[in-house]
Amino acid sequence: MSLDWSIFCRSTTGNVQLAGCLGQNGELSYLQWLLSAWGWTATVALLGFIIALVIGIVVGTFRTLQARSWLSGIAAGWVELFRDVPLLVQVFLWYHVAPFFLPSLKSLPSWLLVSIALGLFTSARIAEQVRAGIQSLPRGQRDAARALGLREVQVYRRVILPMALRIMMPALTSEAMSIVKNSSVAFVVAVAELTQFAMQAQEETARGIEIYLAVTFLYALTAFAVNRVLAFVESRVQVPGVGALARQGA
Amino acid sequence: MLCLAALIRGARALPWVTNMWLAHRLVLLMALLGSLLCSSGVALADTLQKIANSGRITLGYRESSVPFSYLAGPRQPIGFGVDIYTHLIPALKQATGRSDLEVNWQALTSQNRIPLIANGTVDLECGSTSNTAARAKTVAFAINYFYTGPKLLVKQASGVKDFDDLAGKTVAVTTGTTTIKLLRKMNLERSMNMQLLPGKDHADSFLLVDAGRAVAFAMDDILLYGQILNAKQPAQWQVVGIPPQVEPYACMLRKDDPVFKRVVDSAIADLMRSGEFERIYAKWFLSPIPPRGRSLNLPMSEALRDNLRKHSDQPAS
Repeated sequence: MSLDWSIFCRSTTGNVQLAGCLGQNGELSYLQWLLSAWGWTATVALLGFIIALVIGIVVGTFRTLQARSWLSGIAAGWVELFRDVPLLVQVFLWYHVAPFFLPSLKSLPSWLLVSIALGLFTSARIAEQVRAGIQSLPRGQRDAARALGLREVQVYRRVILPMALRIMMPALTSEAMSIVKNSSVAFVVAVAELTQFAMQAQEETARGIEIYLAVTFLYALTAFAVNRVLAFVESRVQVPGVGALARQGA
Repeated sequence: MLCLAALIRGARALPWVTNMWLAHRLVLLMALLGSLLCSSGVALADTLQKIANSGRITLGYRESSVPFSYLAGPRQPIGFGVDIYTHLIPALKQATGRSDLEVNWQALTSQNRIPLIANGTVDLECGSTSNTAARAKTVAFAINYFYTGPKLLVKQASGVKDFDDLAGKTVAVTTGTTTIKLLRKMNLERSMNMQLLPGKDHADSFLLVDAGRAVAFAMDDILLYGQILNAKQPAQWQVVGIPPQVEPYACMLRKDDPVFKRVVDSAIADLMRSGEFERIYAKWFLSPIPPRGRSLNLPMSEALRDNLRKHSDQPAS
């Protein structure tokens, strides 16, 4: 069986090969469509990750508050709520069920809703990693900070979080890569991302193998790029002698 | 081939795959993986021999292609296409000499039906598959048994009467169908600037319009009538528009398998000659059908009436 990669230069509206692989005046090649789909995947994943990171850090921090306040209770509930329901079901809930109770959600585009769903799902996982990072710190750090007269907020901002967030970098990297792949659920709520492209283009071109190989490659490439970027960040922010890199002797 | 079948059975047997959608995608993935890993260039074009040897035929069905092929209960496919199967089985039993022929049912989607026919997982699919020249490169088609063209499903109140009214509007259309390409072409040629919202299946595309996320659902008219049939308030919906083209539906089978195709074709031709075909047509298109006991009320088209005599298996020109 031979692979025919020229289909990516074919027009998506007519049965012709496009010169230079790019269409003119609104005509698109399958390559252009593929890249646009890749853009949607990246958009949904990036937006989801930002939401997940912000909420995850807040919720994870709340879970470790010393005074057993109502905040840590809410945070624990948050984690269980978004961790115990399958991602696909959560996406459907946001898309089909939530607008029923909150009609204004209907006016939000589906890529935004799916980013929110992905972000909240991942926020529960990041919260747990933040909690693990915080709890891995020796008790002495917290006590010492308190002894210096810092208030709880200051203890977290000046001492605990700067350490914990560095410690959790490897886990966070893994989570960021997961969100790229998990963004494929956007397909079920009508976002024209990579998986939707694969489904539709393989039908139109009858070259499913090439289409799926290209899409697989782009997913892998994106996840790997995220990995490299966060590995770079990790190496830049590490405190000498602390964290995963130090233990590897890097 | 055995290697491929094992892969697919493996995917379906995974205990954690309880979600139907996921299961379908896994089967598709395994099929693709299988064709990469297991392909040895073997021509598997002798379906009759395969059926005779195994005593089993695998027939494809759809979960919501009313009235061609859909589920009346868990794993109980019914419909126009399923009735065609019923009349094909005796012919197949005779041709293979296996009176004990067993039927395996395999659910198919718009997205996986062609790969699964082509790689031998499914032997025959009589559903709502358009007979097109592009598909003929990968699969073969029996005698055309229905004719349809893309129209628009809209709410009465929308005021949309034809495709031209959709300029600048959001239109739902099902992923894995030829209609998406048609609309893209229309967008380009008539500068209509429609936003295409790709539903994952017909029920999903319908929901997009019902929820107000799109003004119309563009799809082959018969499938749209099927959606109205299942709607909560059928009176609220209507099918409008002049089809830019007409497409035949036909049973899909593997390419380059003339012996099997001849058996299927001659059985369908017999149905058309004997008048049995019209009886089956009336049962599914002119009478109340499950699950709601409503009728599609869709008289036989000229094109189909023509083909009852011509027995053409050609794609739309």
